[in-house]
Amino acid sequence: MTPALRALQDIVGPGGLLTDRVDLIPYSFDGTAELYQLPLAVALPSETAQVAACVRWARENGVTVVTRGSGTGLSGGSVPLPGCLVLCLARLDKILEVDPLNLTLRAQPGVITKEIDDEAARQGLFYPPDPGSMKISTIGGNVAENSGGLRGLKYGVTRDYVMALEVVLADGQIARLGNACVKDVAGYSLKDLFIGSEGTLGVITEVLLKLLPRPAARKTMLATFSSMRAAAEAISAIIAARIIPCTLEFIDQTTLQCVEDYTRIGLPTHAAAVLLIETDGHPAAVADEAARMEEIVRRHGADEVQVAADEAHGAKLAMARRQAFSALARVRPTTILEDVTVPRSRLAEMVGFVSETAQRHNLQIATFGHMGDGNLHPTFLTNERDLEEMRRVHHALSEIVDKTIALGGTVTGEHGVGLAKKDYLKRQFDDASYGLLRCVKRALDPGNLLNPGKIFDLEPA
Amino acid sequence: MAKASLRDLDYKVLQQCMHCGMCLPTCPTYISSKLERHSPRGRIALMRAVADGRFEAGQDLAREMNYCLGCLACTTACPAGVDYGTMFETARAETEANHSSGGPMRRFYRWLVLEQIFLFPRRLRLVGWLLRTYQRTGLADWVRRLKLPYLLGRKIGDLEPQAPGMESPFSDGCIAEVEVPPAGIPVRGRVGLLSGCIQSLAFGSVNRATADVLLANGWEVVTPRLQSCCGSLHAHNGAPELARRAAKALMERFELDGLDAIITNAGGCGSHLKHYAGLFAEGDLATKARAWDAKVKDIHEFLVGTGFRKPRNLAAESESVRLTYHESCHLSHGQGIRNPPREILRALPGFQLVELPESDLCCGSAGIYNILQPEESQRLLERKTGRIAGTAAELVATANPGCHLQLARGLQQRDLPVQVVQPVVLLAEAYRREVSP
Ligand SMILES: Cc1cc2nc3c(=O)[nH]c(=O)nc-3n(C[C@H](O)[C@H](O)[C@H](O)COP(=O)(O)OP(=O)(O)OC[C@H]3O[C@@H](n4cnc5c(N)ncnc54)[C@H](O)[C@@H]3O)c2cc1C
Ligand code: SF4
Ligand code: SF4
Repeated sequence: MTPALRALQDIVGPGGLLTDRVDLIPYSFDGTAELYQLPLAVALPSETAQVAACVRWARENGVTVVTRGSGTGLSGGSVPLPGCLVLCLARLDKILEVDPLNLTLRAQPGVITKEIDDEAARQGLFYPPDPGSMKISTIGGNVAENSGGLRGLKYGVTRDYVMALEVVLADGQIARLGNACVKDVAGYSLKDLFIGSEGTLGVITEVLLKLLPRPAARKTMLATFSSMRAAAEAISAIIAARIIPCTLEFIDQTTLQCVEDYTRIGLPTHAAAVLLIETDGHPAAVADEAARMEEIVRRHGADEVQVAADEAHGAKLAMARRQAFSALARVRPTTILEDVTVPRSRLAEMVGFVSETAQRHNLQIATFGHMGDGNLHPTFLTNERDLEEMRRVHHALSEIVDKTIALGGTVTGEHGVGLAKKDYLKRQFDDASYGLLRCVKRALDPGNLLNPGKIFDLEPA
Repeated sequence: MAKASLRDLDYKVLQQCMHCGMCLPTCPTYISSKLERHSPRGRIALMRAVADGRFEAGQDLAREMNYCLGCLACTTACPAGVDYGTMFETARAETEANHSSGGPMRRFYRWLVLEQIFLFPRRLRLVGWLLRTYQRTGLADWVRRLKLPYLLGRKIGDLEPQAPGMESPFSDGCIAEVEVPPAGIPVRGRVGLLSGCIQSLAFGSVNRATADVLLANGWEVVTPRLQSCCGSLHAHNGAPELARRAAKALMERFELDGLDAIITNAGGCGSHLKHYAGLFAEGDLATKARAWDAKVKDIHEFLVGTGFRKPRNLAAESESVRLTYHESCHLSHGQGIRNPPREILRALPGFQLVELPESDLCCGSAGIYNILQPEESQRLLERKTGRIAGTAAELVATANPGCHLQLARGLQQRDLPVQVVQPVVLLAEAYRREVSP
């Protein structure tokens, strides 16, 4: 071990530093396909002061820092860079406080998302953002990616629940941004700069989250359709009827089949498309909304509407949907997931374009997504070892991205840019706003130490 | 199907993992360490690196694969259908074959246990007999000098007074080779009974109970004498050749054609017994193994699948005893059998089944893991007994001899007055009480 690494070892203590190949290989990727890189070392700090000391160590030694939560990211955000230090925050995993008077929860960044909602539930409270990965993603990763989830349509995304952050800055200082006040206009909203910053501006070491009262009732249903377009139109009709359900998820047949293969809960695999619809809130409102939505989807061509018998069954259906992405990996060796989002009124058009593109390039694309908020996940089922097919995949991807931008959409709705969508970001941003990204990065991390080269490159290429 | 080396394995098996991490929160070794190398995803990455030639199948890999419990919780959790079991067995076979696994002492004991004892029913019985004598007469010094308890695993060596232990006769001594249902019960068919190795020595009474419930439900029971180990220990510990030998020997003991099913009552054995076909290359043995696999049924699965008779509720049994259920990993994760044992327990008059939190988290027994990795095993055991204590149950049921012994040991360590039982034993007792309450 070099003297520099020994100094780092002293910071994190025994068992807190990994440098052997057998330890590093398991940190050489995240949830993104095709991206692998070994780091120099992995540090597992167990308190904020250690995080700050690690960042200072990195600066002194000219080593770049890649922060990592659970490594479930889907754009390569926590994939290591050559020679970098991975700062894995999995051991900063304590819920520090639930404040039932102010309806807040304070936690370390390594706490698992689901544990936050479970803890809130014990007090009759609710933490709504529920990414598909909530069983294992960390809250720090959620904030750094500004993750969405199945309930985004009604409840918004992670950003809407972050009241304050503690952040270790690139120079090793510790900053506290925001507070427990519902209203706060003191200075720039700096905390917002770090939400969705993908580990490029600072390391989040504590979060203060807003909670809501837990909804008293919930109703879940599945509606089947004989075409994807009919399903997309039913969604538009629900929104047009001024109903905002908490969940409006879309699943195509391929995805449905894979999820059923895994869960075996009797999903209607004969349908070309299925909508998972959930409404929650006051029992009377829930009953009313559910009845109206059932009527609307039937009018728009739903063949069958299956209403969950009880909450447990409803939860099972929602859990099945959360497995969609991983379950798709059953079909082909490599699963490449996109995250394009368009204004809701353009959804049917986008869905149609995706399936035409698949046909044109002779590729297999399964589609599911948070249709209620226009966020689609066209997923390529392919094989990274088949170079010829991969070329076609990247062509098709590029076309889907261009179409998205032409429809006024965004290249990523919730998974972030990381490495995987860097090239597309350039197409979406005009020169002034792209320049602004660089300007912020230079101001906060002048040494380009934190996750450099993620989202965008600092120097014009 | 497991191969001799990771490079020989179909690459698709390794590539199937898309590193989503959904398995991490269910993996016992990841839960306690929060280190990726101790997670399914991390281990798969290491194995794939070996197949790619980026990492050596040396001591580091061996250490990691030996730290894995083989509990298969990851396969239950994995939405992508990753076949972790095959990779795991292949990696263990490769590191055993190239001697990366452990020092000479470990290799000696492994050799003794796997090759010299478990393959030979008579020797195994001799060891069991010695242990029984040991327990009765306290020939402790003599046995300790021979390190016999160590050989068979602490689980048998440390038998506590509350474990059924070697007190009861071995299986062959209490079950006749062919038994027919008592008069008045119409015969529905004929099944073979696997007596198992540990089960037949330490839990002869469980085998007796298994035969009893089958008879009570109208099944003729054939229990061939001197059955050998099914080979699951060998397959999980990197000895595929020995596993093949064990499988062949065991299949020869049964006349397949005349049997409707072959019944196993040990979760750990069952998940291996159902996959003999994977052990053999195409040929007569493979054909025979496929027929065998189709007939092997776990006792709970069989009883519930064929519709078992619910014991009558006698008026005297109005008070109810709190009972909880710990799932054997290879029953729940390995065979996907979760509900049938619970259905049987719920059918018992006089008992109330309460759910055990984390009922499907490994208890740390895991074959011979508790001998080879005592620290992690102990951590898991303490977590488990803590959960059991939390249910305030008087009884904990489990359907695997390894789990049974491990739980009994853990409960005794904590001085908890909870009895360990196997579901079929309770069912057999309930039937018996109908006749003579
Ligand atoms: C099966 C599956 C389903 C998913 N479903 C959804 C979904 O529905 N919605 C959605 O939005 N996402 C989803 N994701 C993507 C992913 O889970 C989220 O992006 C999640 O927030 C990542 O959390 P993590 O802890 O794994 O972070 P990581 O992957 O480890 O890191 C993600 C990024 O955040 C940075 N980072 C992590 N922690 C910190 C910190 N404390 N301070 C600063 N930077 C940090 C990293 O540097 C990296 O850039 C899914 C992923 C999978 C595998
Ligand atoms: S084993 Fe399955 S659940 Fe675990 S990371 Fe791989 S694909 Fe995901
Ligand atoms: S078998 Fe058990 S211990 Fe091994 S990786 Fe899977 S879940 Fe973890």
